[in-house]
Amino acid sequence: MGEALLMQGNEACVRGAIRAGMRFFAGYPITPSTEIAELASLMLPKYNGKFIQMEDEISSMAAVIGASLCGLKAMTATSGPGFSLKQENIGYASMTEIPCVVVDVMRGGPSTGLPTCVSQGDVMQSRWGTHGDHPVIVIAPSTVKDIYYMTIKAFNYSERYRIPVILLLDEVNAHMRESVVIENDVEIWDRKRPLTRENHKPYAADEDGVPPMGEFGKGYRFHVTGLVHDETGHPTNSSEEAEKLIRRLHYKLEKSRDDIVIYEKFKTERCRTLIIAFGSVARVCKDVICQINDDSIGLFIPYTIWPFPDKELLSLIQKNRIERIYVPELNTGQMILEVQRIVFGRCEVLGINKYSGELITPTEIIKCLRRG
Amino acid sequence: MRIELLNKYFKMDQLPHIWCPGCGNGIALGAAVEAIDNSTMDKDKICIVSGIGCSSRASGYLNFDSLHTTHGRAIAFATGIKLANPELNVIVITGDGDCTAIGGNHLIHGCRRNIDINVLVFNNNIYGMTGGQYSPTTPRNARTSTSRQGTVERQFDICKLSENAGATYVARGTVFHYKHLIGLIEGAFKNKGFSIVEILTPCPIQFGRRNKTPEPADMMRLLKNSTSFSDDGKTKIGVFRDEKEPEFVSEYIKLLSNEGDISV
Ligand code: SF4
Repeated sequence: MGEALLMQGNEACVRGAIRAGMRFFAGYPITPSTEIAELASLMLPKYNGKFIQMEDEISSMAAVIGASLCGLKAMTATSGPGFSLKQENIGYASMTEIPCVVVDVMRGGPSTGLPTCVSQGDVMQSRWGTHGDHPVIVIAPSTVKDIYYMTIKAFNYSERYRIPVILLLDEVNAHMRESVVIENDVEIWDRKRPLTRENHKPYAADEDGVPPMGEFGKGYRFHVTGLVHDETGHPTNSSEEAEKLIRRLHYKLEKSRDDIVIYEKFKTERCRTLIIAFGSVARVCKDVICQINDDSIGLFIPYTIWPFPDKELLSLIQKNRIERIYVPELNTGQMILEVQRIVFGRCEVLGINKYSGELITPTEIIKCLRRG
Repeated sequence: MRIELLNKYFKMDQLPHIWCPGCGNGIALGAAVEAIDNSTMDKDKICIVSGIGCSSRASGYLNFDSLHTTHGRAIAFATGIKLANPELNVIVITGDGDCTAIGGNHLIHGCRRNIDINVLVFNNNIYGMTGGQYSPTTPRNARTSTSRQGTVERQFDICKLSENAGATYVARGTVFHYKHLIGLIEGAFKNKGFSIVEILTPCPIQFGRRNKTPEPADMMRLLKNSTSFSDDGKTKIGVFRDEKEPEFVSEYIKLLSNEGDISV
């Protein structure tokens, strides 16, 4: 066991990121994620890392991608309105397969909304925010400890699968303070490097669908474009190549899907009613389960909300013959759409929604459960 | 451009390029390549970053590390690259729309930081690739596909804009004055700070045809006649600023150390 430290969620994110090897951060001030930039600006130089406050959200995403191409693990952090602006270059990172981590600390929206209040309104933006068909990994930690370790996971995934990974926090867990035990052994993954510089084909993938990644300034002399490209990295109008590329971008995640999904089953052994919740709401639901102390109700927490742990949920539904599912979330009903898609009418699915800018309380959820 | 430079610096399998016959982009790129060849830069440490538009396609033709980014964002990507690896010589190739409209914010902040990157703006006064819409540098009254009765908006002066925003090397040349242009680009490479060279270049297809100069030769003649090395009321070409000032990355790296605790 390592040392226990009291820290804020946003701080856990920065510490986890540096632990994962982050050496570049570019950002732009926005509530409620600003502490991440502030702390990164303070800590990174001590690790020979670089921080820059860019002129806007668009350019901070761009700078992060540029830094990653130079071999540095890079991250940016924002909240709803800034997340919208970053989407352009998040799509670029997807298409060009440049590893990076994007933190979105969700606050009330749409638009400027409720800047200092909690929300879970970016479930769909995190999945579909940028245009075009693209694969994505979105991780939504629940506690401050989760934030520390899942930030490391976010870097690991982005490096291994060469993909932007979205870390979805919310105003509550980002600002909450809790103690986190810093373990001595943590697994850190780095991107695959090409074996040789000769005849370097920057987008020739291995069997896992992921191409090894060179870095700028090392003599590879490779080209990167957001246009549809072939293995050489150069643009092509070939419809075959276009299909091949889009298929591979999805394939690389589908193939490793079982290694990617993270979820937790909490007191589900005998449950016939299931609550599905993520982020700060998941910890409220843990409290609910403990308070009602009734094994007919269990909790399922998806930590990767994209890809959603669909197989795992389905097998639980079938094994337990689940009759009813509640999906409490701080929006008008976003994750419930994915749950309904998976459940496909096998049982009843009911939403519990709150979008006032306040966290839902155990009492409110219990009331809904009792109402039936 | 000297022909031996073609094999030396171009990805021959990516040619022919996409530019129209009579386009000035090839000449501008040729001048850039000659300036690179004349410089002492380590060729493995050169990185070409471009945005979106006709001129921005140049990055894919050159045999260096190259990044063809999103529209307007080249300088922002370049900023990340230069800060991440200060050893790299970062050259941005962009156009007037890319650099001063959608990318205008990144341009002025690059200038303000005085980050050591070299920006070559191929200014053809039009959005060529999308079919000839007016850009921030389209002259008043010029006809374009979105200003068929003549452009009402006023023009940016890219050099004045950059100079006032803090760029430490600012120059303007044309593809007609080829040798002069090479010299200007070399000057940009020598400056340790934000350097910008505005390169006036013809787009006969989207600009010339609508503005009574459909022939590439007419457009070249116009470049010659409308510009001057002195202050005589014509568009001035030459170096407007070349000064030493603290450069962002070299200042920033002074803050770095290795004292961080490894188990964060
Ligand atoms: S449209 Fe104009 S700028 Fe673009 S390639 Fe053709 S001539 Fe050149």
